[in-house]
Amino acid sequence: MLIKTTPAQYSARRNFLGRSTSIALSGAAVALLAGNSRLAVAATGNPSGDVNILNVALGLEHEAIAAYQVGAESGLLQKPVLDTAVLFQSHHKQHRDALVATIEKLGGKPVMAKSNSDYAASLGAGGLKSQTDILNLAARLELGAANAYIGVIPAFSEKDLAKVAARLAADETMHWSLLANALGKPVPMAALSFGA
Amino acid sequence: MIVAERLLPAVLGLALAGAAAAADPGRGAGLYEARCGACHSLDAHRVGPLHRGVVGRRAGSAPGYDYSPALAAAAFTWDAALLDAWLKDPEALVPGQRMGYSVADASDRGDLVAFLLSVSRR
Ligand code: HEC
Repeated sequence: MLIKTTPAQYSARRNFLGRSTSIALSGAAVALLAGNSRLAVAATGNPSGDVNILNVALGLEHEAIAAYQVGAESGLLQKPVLDTAVLFQSHHKQHRDALVATIEKLGGKPVMAKSNSDYAASLGAGGLKSQTDILNLAARLELGAANAYIGVIPAFSEKDLAKVAARLAADETMHWSLLANALGKPVPMAALSFGA
Repeated sequence: MIVAERLLPAVLGLALAGAAAAADPGRGAGLYEARCGACHSLDAHRVGPLHRGVVGRRAGSAPGYDYSPALAAAAFTWDAALLDAWLKDPEALVPGQRMGYSVADASDRGDLVAFLLSVSRR
């Protein structure tokens, strides 16, 4: 079980997961980022610098999507952990689509994903032997991504993009929290442990 | 003046070497995992290039990684002082770079650089 819960909470979560995994991607997330026409101009800032950072973010999302795919296909994940992994992967796909739309809006060229086998090799996926191994990898990647997104916020010339990075960081932090809970990791003792 | 100009880099280098000696590569390893691990690994290219051997390597030159034109054209070799400058403000060191991630705290940077040194000795 991904999260230690009472049976009542458990079935509530089952419902939640059941609904969430079947949502159609509406493109709402894309509009949130790219619907801002001011970004298309971005004349005040440094659009090519911003595009560079967004492309690094897109690279992280490609990697996360691949990592969850490798996990889902490993046969090591049991339900409902598997459902949660697929849900988190769908979040990363929405991040990807939103970043691609934003990069294109700024006149940039979105980086392409590498192959899943390339990602598997660079993440050392061959050494994953259990559900716990996979959850540990996922937690490590989510924590790293949260810290990375917070870390690049000051580098954006466009404040709206800084906010986007903060929102991405919030999603990754939410993923990390649930994964850490599932792994029985303690809640961080100190405040401000992210993005230091 | 000429003497000062010649001496300054040497003095700075010594000061940094001193800082690196006091720095804690073990703590740096933990910082590396938490702050750099999203984008970098020691032995594989990810969003960023692999790091093993970075000290003593020309900037932007790890084979098989697709660097920004700016970093690929950089004409310096990584040492402790340059790594510290990069982590403090990559855009100031190499305008047009793609990393965009910086580390504000000097002692954190010192520990990270000490860690990178420790994985670069052959
Ligand atoms: C958000 C992703 C990201 C994070 C986080 C990040 N980097 Fe990078 N790093 C990159 C990218 C992308 C490049 C390549 C830059 C280019 O080509 O201009 C890079 C390049 C480098 C280089 C130059 C390597 C070479 O071969 O010339 C060093 C050194 C480096 N990073 C160190 C670090 C350290 C240490 C940290 C943690 C404190 C860190 N980076 C965190 C993305 C990141």
